[in-house]
Amino acid sequence: MATLTLSTLDKKYGGFHAVKGIDLEVADGEFVALVGPSGCGKSTTLRMIAGLEDISGGELRIGDRVVNDLPPRDRNISMVFQSYALYPHMTVAENMGFSLKIAGRDAATIETAVKEAARILDIEPLLERRPAQLSGGQRQRVAMGRAIVRDPDVFLFDEPLSNLDAKLRGQMRTEIKQLHARLGSTVVYVTHDQIEAMTLADRIVIMRGGVIEQVGTPDEVFNRPASRFVASFIGSPPMNMAEATVTRGALHFDDGTEFPVPPAFTVAEGRRVVLGLRPDDIYPEGHGIHSESGHAVERRELPVALSEPLGNETLLFTEVAGQNWTARMLNPRMVKRGEVLRFHLDLSRAHLFDAETGLTLRG
Amino acid sequence: MDANASARLKKRGSAWALNIALFISMLIICLPGLWIVLNSLRPTVEIMAKPPVWIPRELSFDAYVDMFSGVGQGGIPVIEYFRNSVIIAVTSTIISLAIGMSGGYAFARYRFKGKSAWFLGLMLTRTVPGIALSLPLFFLYAKVGLIDTHAGMIIAYTALNVPFTIWLIDGFFRQVPRDLAEAAQIDGCTRWQAFWQVEFPLARPGIASAGIFAFLTSWNEFALASQLTRSTDSKTLPVGLLDYTAEFTIDWRGMCALAVVMIIPALLLTYAVQKHLVSGLTSGAIKG
Repeated sequence: MATLTLSTLDKKYGGFHAVKGIDLEVADGEFVALVGPSGCGKSTTLRMIAGLEDISGGELRIGDRVVNDLPPRDRNISMVFQSYALYPHMTVAENMGFSLKIAGRDAATIETAVKEAARILDIEPLLERRPAQLSGGQRQRVAMGRAIVRDPDVFLFDEPLSNLDAKLRGQMRTEIKQLHARLGSTVVYVTHDQIEAMTLADRIVIMRGGVIEQVGTPDEVFNRPASRFVASFIGSPPMNMAEATVTRGALHFDDGTEFPVPPAFTVAEGRRVVLGLRPDDIYPEGHGIHSESGHAVERRELPVALSEPLGNETLLFTEVAGQNWTARMLNPRMVKRGEVLRFHLDLSRAHLFDAETGLTLRG
Repeated sequence: MDANASARLKKRGSAWALNIALFISMLIICLPGLWIVLNSLRPTVEIMAKPPVWIPRELSFDAYVDMFSGVGQGGIPVIEYFRNSVIIAVTSTIISLAIGMSGGYAFARYRFKGKSAWFLGLMLTRTVPGIALSLPLFFLYAKVGLIDTHAGMIIAYTALNVPFTIWLIDGFFRQVPRDLAEAAQIDGCTRWQAFWQVEFPLARPGIASAGIFAFLTSWNEFALASQLTRSTDSKTLPVGLLDYTAEFTIDWRGMCALAVVMIIPALLLTYAVQKHLVSGLTSGAIKG
């Protein structure tokens, strides 16, 4: 295992600047997830770490070695591909032992390593099969097995679960987490699924347009988003937002609605801001978790435009400050369309961003 | 009769109709081959008879015995022709495959300037009929002394085959996911090892097909060979067929016997290579 250091790492494709000088330090044994929308540069970054893309500028270190110009095979890394990339003409055992075979290990060593990895991943009965005879989840396991066998310094995962159905994805997520706890390896995990990032990672790196927007623990990026983009990207359903102007110590929205400035913020008069409130922090009276008795709860009578019952909770859609906002109703009851409910908006948990730069106004 | 029973009957009926249609088509396809084998075993009188004699009255291997009985005794230098055909067809196939694999891989995997123009150019060469090349080739070869040589024929056939092998192999390499070569590199392979260990085995059906096509083109080609070869030093089997024509007569039986001698190696080769032609080897590489 080893640390991984990216210093002003840069990637250009002709005139297109895909990764713009990013800095990142991954500690030994740390699980870091790179998230962001398509085209944000997360996969390119991973491919640069793997050695599958040339590095245009900056420095990449694995442990204390600079590996900028080393080919993939000299970096001692393993990678699990989105497509699994299993060799179809080899059996599962041959797939898993391939790296050791190329490294010239003897047959007995290879067999021991493959059996051990197969035992960890519970795929021992599949060793003699070919990839075409496996289900999606089994292929996924084999791909991970191939990565484990190498005993690499760094594990790289490129959206490994995106081809699985929702149920299997949840199951494999848990398994990856258990595997990491067991092996204690350094992991860089690329995903566009923020739930995967939140559940798996020690730290999350949120990227957009080739730059890092925020690096933080799941708790930090969820509760203290550095920008409007991070706030809208992390959390499902996404954070509700509306633009307002600060006048006489209150937020004046374009449709005439008025809210007090959330208590954690001090904002200059006349400034254009964006108020952000998670669906968890807006709920019908008696159907929420947070500070019912909080000092910053705003109460509003609002008609419900639509409701989505999910069993344990119901998502309610209602218009606030001229925008369609989502509210989360815990311990739900049937809500009719158009029914007017008394909503609590917990402003003590609200976020404010600068309308122009999108950066948080939290001190 | 209820609807299910009539539907069942209809399904069975159409299956039979399809089988009969297939049998008739196969009969039409196989008939010329069968006719050649049959004609090599019976006298010219019977071959030329009108109406045709479908069931031969007597069969003999005289034509084959004569063929190998040496020049002057009704024979032709079949061993030399055979040797020339093998040397020319095998060498040009190997060279065509080597160039086809390199070219096909490059077109499938790399981006470079003028890629589509190059590819289109290669395909356009296929539109020129081989026979149209014979006169220019003849003049050129006469100048550089390649007439009646193995090398001359090998170069001509390689040039004819390369565009097709590149096109065919390119298609097969395109089907091999790029991820596989990358996974192999991460697993410790060099670029070269990744190609031979992973991409080559998966594109093998395409490479085998290209090989068969290239071999058969060189093996069967007549028009160019009849212009560019002169003696037993380089004449191939198809050109050797002409030895059975005289000023006023054609020995159809002998010609058919030589045709059979030509067909057998081609058939054997195709049979040997066909096990590599299994498709769908790449399934299971990626999601699905």
